[in-house]
Amino acid sequence: MGGVASLWPFVSQMNPDASTIAAGAPIEVDLTPIASGQDIKVFWRGKPIYIMNRTKKQVDEARSVPVSSLPDPATDQSRVKEGHDQWLVVIGICTHLGCIPIAHEGNYDGFFCPCHGSQYDASGRIRQGPAPANLPIPPYQFVSDTKIQIG
Amino acid sequence: MSGPSDFQPTNPVIKWIERRLPIFGLVHSSFVAYPTPRNLNYWWTFGAILSMMLGLQILTGVILAMHYTPNADLAFRSVEAIVRDVNYGWLLRNMHAAGASMFFLAVYVHMFRGLYYGSYKEPREVLWILGVIIYLLMMATGFMGYVLPWGQMSFWGATVITNLFSAIPYVGDSIVTLLWGGYSVGNPTLNRFFSLHYLLPFLIAGVVVLHVWALHVAGQNNPAGVEAKTEKDTVPFTPYATIKDMFGVSCFLIFYAWFIFYMPNYLGDADNYIPANPGVTPAHIVPEWYYLPFYAILRSIPNKLAGVIAMFSAIVVLAFLPWLDTAKTRSSKYRPLAKQFFWIFVVVCVLLGYLGAQPPEGIYVIAGRILTVCYFAYFLILLPLLSRIETPRPVPNSIADDVLAKYGKKAASIVVAFVVAGGLIAGSAQNARAQEQEAVPPSQSWSFSGPFGKYDRGSLQRGLKIYKEVCSNCHALSYIAFRNLADPGGPGYSVAQAAAFASDYKIKDGPNDAGDMFDRPGRPADYFPSPFPNEQAARAANGGGLPPDLSLIAKARSYERGFPQFIFDFFTQFQEQGPNYVSAILQGYQKKPAGVDLPEGTYYNKYFPGHAIKMPQPLTNGQVTFDDGSPATLPQYAHDIATFLMWAAEPQMEARKHLGLQVFVFLIIFAGLMYFTKKKVWADAH
Repeated sequence: MGGVASLWPFVSQMNPDASTIAAGAPIEVDLTPIASGQDIKVFWRGKPIYIMNRTKKQVDEARSVPVSSLPDPATDQSRVKEGHDQWLVVIGICTHLGCIPIAHEGNYDGFFCPCHGSQYDASGRIRQGPAPANLPIPPYQFVSDTKIQIG
Repeated sequence: MSGPSDFQPTNPVIKWIERRLPIFGLVHSSFVAYPTPRNLNYWWTFGAILSMMLGLQILTGVILAMHYTPNADLAFRSVEAIVRDVNYGWLLRNMHAAGASMFFLAVYVHMFRGLYYGSYKEPREVLWILGVIIYLLMMATGFMGYVLPWGQMSFWGATVITNLFSAIPYVGDSIVTLLWGGYSVGNPTLNRFFSLHYLLPFLIAGVVVLHVWALHVAGQNNPAGVEAKTEKDTVPFTPYATIKDMFGVSCFLIFYAWFIFYMPNYLGDADNYIPANPGVTPAHIVPEWYYLPFYAILRSIPNKLAGVIAMFSAIVVLAFLPWLDTAKTRSSKYRPLAKQFFWIFVVVCVLLGYLGAQPPEGIYVIAGRILTVCYFAYFLILLPLLSRIETPRPVPNSIADDVLAKYGKKAASIVVAFVVAGGLIAGSAQNARAQEQEAVPPSQSWSFSGPFGKYDRGSLQRGLKIYKEVCSNCHALSYIAFRNLADPGGPGYSVAQAAAFASDYKIKDGPNDAGDMFDRPGRPADYFPSPFPNEQAARAANGGGLPPDLSLIAKARSYERGFPQFIFDFFTQFQEQGPNYVSAILQGYQKKPAGVDLPEGTYYNKYFPGHAIKMPQPLTNGQVTFDDGSPATLPQYAHDIATFLMWAAEPQMEARKHLGLQVFVFLIIFAGLMYFTKKKVWADAH
């Protein structure tokens, strides 16, 4: 028992240190400069985050897809915040092997990953290609209609 | 340590030490008097080659560590500083980078030798397993080493491979965070990889000691697979094996020197000359060639966790070999079926390596899956089956008998097979490049190509003028200092001229005693200043695009040469893809073809991947005039600026080729001497 206990500090030091955790503290993003149909990329905790202001067409397309036909089933509604349906906030890391997909590319007007050809739709859900899962949603909330806090 | 220690020193000093720490006796019994089978062939020299490579890697590595900075903001630049400024830094770096590839090449030969001759069978099972452990440690060391220069491939390779551990259920993501030391690959990751990369080779050395100890307990295997019985079967290690190893080592060094001095970037990836950028993923992430077969296996399985398990299993299965192949006959020389399947297995491994570098699409995916099945089938189905059903040929009675018998010269064809196979894998690492690019930059003739290439001084000076008058308005050249203009192997200015050139520039310096920054004229020690204070200013002035720093552009750009061209390239020393590309881009602006849609703010360029380049045509006829009367035409500009940028990327090229020639002459003479000495020593033993 003492042996295991004495080992713990040696293992624990590998985890993110205090300054890294602090640098990963929540950030606020102002949404007003993002016009309909545009998207921006911000970095949080070293990861790229796409914030997309989807057009009505994109939202309707995303919601008209039968959920059971998706490789990783999820409704569009479950991936956005209620009352702010046009805003999509996803971590821009392909769930296959970690490349950054390109926004507004591919057959689904969503994201296209150039590494191995995975294609995501305007809700960030995987539609075709080797990626197993939808683009993950980071923790975020709306502090006002035009501002979100990520983290 | 088999065999009695018959070491009787006469020297009183040695006798004194020997009584207190019998180290001389140990060395004597292990490497001088040690009985080694007299029928060993050259495949047995790779153990010595590997020991030498481990020593060389540790030596060059420790020295490089004196100059390298393991911080994400400084690492890339510190490696360039080693290559440019540290005395013989370019040599040390090339030795270490090429050395890693040579180390893996030798270990694969060594392992295939073990597979073919049954060196893993009783009583050498522990020896074999220790070898698998060494191999695993080598793979970890090589992976972490490649991350250290912090180029694009370093960073993204690290991202992909550390992400593999997220496949483990429940604890996967926690493990990945633990490995990263943060929320993504970053500075903590780099720092700890440096620490572990320094540590692991010493662990390898420790396991190698155990490996050699286990070897000496059982005695070496031999091509006949028959154990040594009498003294007629063996010869003392020194001088017989020692001189044979020396000859093998000298041949190996010639091959190694070819990479160090003449093809230093052949096995690498051009993308690693681009500093790591977490926001931009390279189009093709390709590991170093020695990981390619396992990468292919990983990608063959559609399920993430299963793929990871398959990849690790492909290595771990080796440890079980003594229990998978229980055939009594040790050497495949006397196992006709096993021999054929062995060579098929070698081809499977080479093809898997080739596939590991291809984009995982279409036929490559299907082929990868078939070959993965073949790989595992060889170990799990075929070998156990053959143990039961194969009728082997009769083995010789003893090693002495085997030496007297004549056997055919199969060695040569095998060597050819290895060279082609090796060329395939090495070149396939380049094949991942820009499959989409239809227009291949035309090959131009460059004064610096080939083993005796030199930079054309006039061309360098004209290129500098073009850079100063045109390119420097948007592009930095921050790895070049004004003093480099007076360095040997460069544009050939005198120290005074370089100082005068520098004084034309305004360099920001400070703070002064009042605490303010101020401008002062440039000095030789200053670096070329950047046209913009930061990335955002550069983007704002260039429509959102970032003009890249041009210091390394000639090495950071490449294109596919195709099969079998890349094999010929190895022998012709072709490595001018970068300058060909730069020259082609500058001359490749064309009217947009009908039916092609260009994003706003871009221009059509025939050779730029995707054809839409953000840079408007920078050079046109007559834009720059030259004092030496050279024509003021675009092709002339393209040629001169590409030459200048090649020098900027590799200012030490002439020194490298010059020393390379001397080393080659020496090594060839040395190998010849070793050969004749070996023949003389062995004259009575055959």
